[in-house]
Amino acid sequence: MTGIVFILLTAFFFPGIILRTKNIASGRKGPGIFQPMKDLRVLLKKGSIFSPTTGIIFRIAPSITLSAILCASLLIPFAGNAAPLSFEGDFIFFAYILAMGRFFSIIGALDTGSSFEGMGANREAFFSMLIEPAFFILLAAFAMFTGYTSFSDIFPHFYVSESDYALIYSIIGCFLLVQIAMVETSRVPVDDPKTHLELTMIHEVMILDNSGFDKALIHIGTYLKFAIFGSLIFNSIVPAGWHFLLQSALFMLIQVVFAIAIGLLESFRARNKMNKNPKYLLTISAIAMIAFVVTLIITKKLM
Amino acid sequence: MERIKRLSLKNNGPAADLKDIPLLDYEAFYEHVADLLNDEQNHCLSYHGVRSGKNLILYCFMAKDADNSIEVCAHEVAVETAVLKSLSALHPAMHIFEREIHENHGVAFEGHPWMKPLRYPCDRHNRKNTIDTYPFYSIGGEELHEVGVGPVHAGVIEPGHFRFICNGEKVLHLEIQLGYQHRGVETLFTTSDNGLQRAILSESVAGDTAVGHALAHSQLVESLAGIEISADLKAERCIALEMERLAIHIGDTAALCGDVAYQTGQVVCEALRTQVINTTQLWCGNRFGKGLVRPGGTNYPLNDDIAHEILNLLEDTGRRFREITDSIYSSPSVLGRFDEIGTLTRKQGFLAGVTGPSARMCGIVRDIRKTHPFQYYSAINFRPIVLDTGDVLARGMIRNLEAFQSMTLIKELITEWTKMDKRGSSRPVYDYKPKPDTFSISLVEGWRGEICHIAMTGNDGKLSHYRVKDPSMHNWTALALAVRNQEISDFPVCNKSFNLSYCGHDL
Repeated sequence: MTGIVFILLTAFFFPGIILRTKNIASGRKGPGIFQPMKDLRVLLKKGSIFSPTTGIIFRIAPSITLSAILCASLLIPFAGNAAPLSFEGDFIFFAYILAMGRFFSIIGALDTGSSFEGMGANREAFFSMLIEPAFFILLAAFAMFTGYTSFSDIFPHFYVSESDYALIYSIIGCFLLVQIAMVETSRVPVDDPKTHLELTMIHEVMILDNSGFDKALIHIGTYLKFAIFGSLIFNSIVPAGWHFLLQSALFMLIQVVFAIAIGLLESFRARNKMNKNPKYLLTISAIAMIAFVVTLIITKKLM
Repeated sequence: MERIKRLSLKNNGPAADLKDIPLLDYEAFYEHVADLLNDEQNHCLSYHGVRSGKNLILYCFMAKDADNSIEVCAHEVAVETAVLKSLSALHPAMHIFEREIHENHGVAFEGHPWMKPLRYPCDRHNRKNTIDTYPFYSIGGEELHEVGVGPVHAGVIEPGHFRFICNGEKVLHLEIQLGYQHRGVETLFTTSDNGLQRAILSESVAGDTAVGHALAHSQLVESLAGIEISADLKAERCIALEMERLAIHIGDTAALCGDVAYQTGQVVCEALRTQVINTTQLWCGNRFGKGLVRPGGTNYPLNDDIAHEILNLLEDTGRRFREITDSIYSSPSVLGRFDEIGTLTRKQGFLAGVTGPSARMCGIVRDIRKTHPFQYYSAINFRPIVLDTGDVLARGMIRNLEAFQSMTLIKELITEWTKMDKRGSSRPVYDYKPKPDTFSISLVEGWRGEICHIAMTGNDGKLSHYRVKDPSMHNWTALALAVRNQEISDFPVCNKSFNLSYCGHDL
């Protein structure tokens, strides 16, 4: 259960750290790191306004999306303890419960009948389809390497296996997970969460019609995703056998470094041209594929 | 063909008599104008109708860059029955003028390809045309979809409606419908006789070109009323105009970076722009230079302290701006978003009749400072910057280069200004008396391009007609052409790279 508590805790200050990093990098004063949480509190107090063209789907979509993400967070182990929910092949469940959340936010956007939101939904569906292989191939490499198919088994066995290649794997895994997380949470270079230009948006344009409480749920979902991917990164870097307190400290440290890294990446580069995104996403998958092939060679399943 | 009587003027020259304008019959007028436009060095500054009893006189002002002159000719038609052969069919750049004449006076143009309402003025000919019944272009087909943006936009953007016809992410056609900002500016210039009101009005034609439009207006008034101004005031006005250009170009660079999510470029350029406009504020009390340029004199003469401040600013801003633009235009991720996006070819530019940086970035040499010099520009050596690729990168780059050119010009102007005899304080003149039955034209190269103000006086010596042409009027068409076959997600950066005025168009 500690894992869940930690994920919820880090989700709390994650967006604030990104914002603060970007402000410092641009030489601005900017708000404190808890500003996104204060905004969230305001939103949660508000009611939602629904357009008369929307139906039931639009109203239930934000709640379903958030619950899917919460459900996914139950699968993440922490410090060698099994996750609250774990079974063989649970990483597939993890990927598709997130995909189900996204599916509902996409049909929720389509439900508004707005041409903007249809455009955004179209882009989101396309790009998330392209990033899916990267995640699976990476996890398949992990599974091959350790011989297990559940998060709660893969990570504890990561560093105890006979092979000396674990470190390389954790680095590749960490790199890929950062990239996947950036796409999943709609950050630069694939999307730009700060823009006011509807025609260039991907995720933001899908939630244009959401307001008040529903919008807060969507934001909470995004913040949770950061923390979930952050803890996956933590799991792939830190050996599960280390002391619990040391692990806890490292968990916090890695989350903070992850948030700062996102902030810095966003400060010093422009976002991709929309038609370059598929190439960019497939490159991430290609790197995962290389990792997979190398695993096959190491585990002597190939050659 | 009989030889046509010509009336040739100079920009910033004295007023001419209205009766000297040759009144041609339409055949001759049509052929003469079409003939002039065949030469790339000529373009139409204004073509508009003025009511004279039951008839309508159509005046055409043609800029001839080759000999730095402006030729005027006119044609009289009876409004009710008039059906004229359209000039747009031969020279598409004339389309907007003919649309305007049609909308205001109901003159029909045969063979006009795109006869749509322009800005819905209150006294339009056909009151049944309203903004809600705008005839949008449409294409049928299962695979196409339409995306409408605006008139209300996110952020601090003026109102205007954009309608895209897309095939997936690709834009097949963009139609820009404006008119939401129409305030009746031209009419307001003639309803009041108060010179101060007119001066303030001219500053509000387009809020981002306060100095440019105020200068065009002041020049026009001085020409109509025969007011002479001193050389040092002329230099001061040029400094003000270049300061405006510098501030806007830096601000636009910031906005371009913002649109592609390049935060560093955005925040640094925003800060630099603030430094420039704050220096303008130090000079005249207003960051946008309102109140700085007035007919006949100035309330805020330049002094040594302010000149010193400006030079300090240029030193500091110049260095920092060079650093940041070096990093903007060498960053692969930024170049990937600018290069070969939204290309306007030289030919398209001519067809649309573009002016200003939007013309110079696609290889068309049009700069009033060079071809029809006004104020102090006739005394300094000025060479327009011309690029030829016509994409977003060229538009960003020309802003970058012109910003540095403006800095050099300001330094040069201040050096000249220091050497001059300073006149006693010449205060603005608001109770000027224009000569009766005359007209004058005034051209200024604002940061966005050619600003044209034309005024005519009645037999009582009061302004009877006032005409404003903002560079945006033609350049909007160029934007619509530039986004064809582009991705719809690249529209915002294309739009920003032109940075056109809605209220300048709508008047």
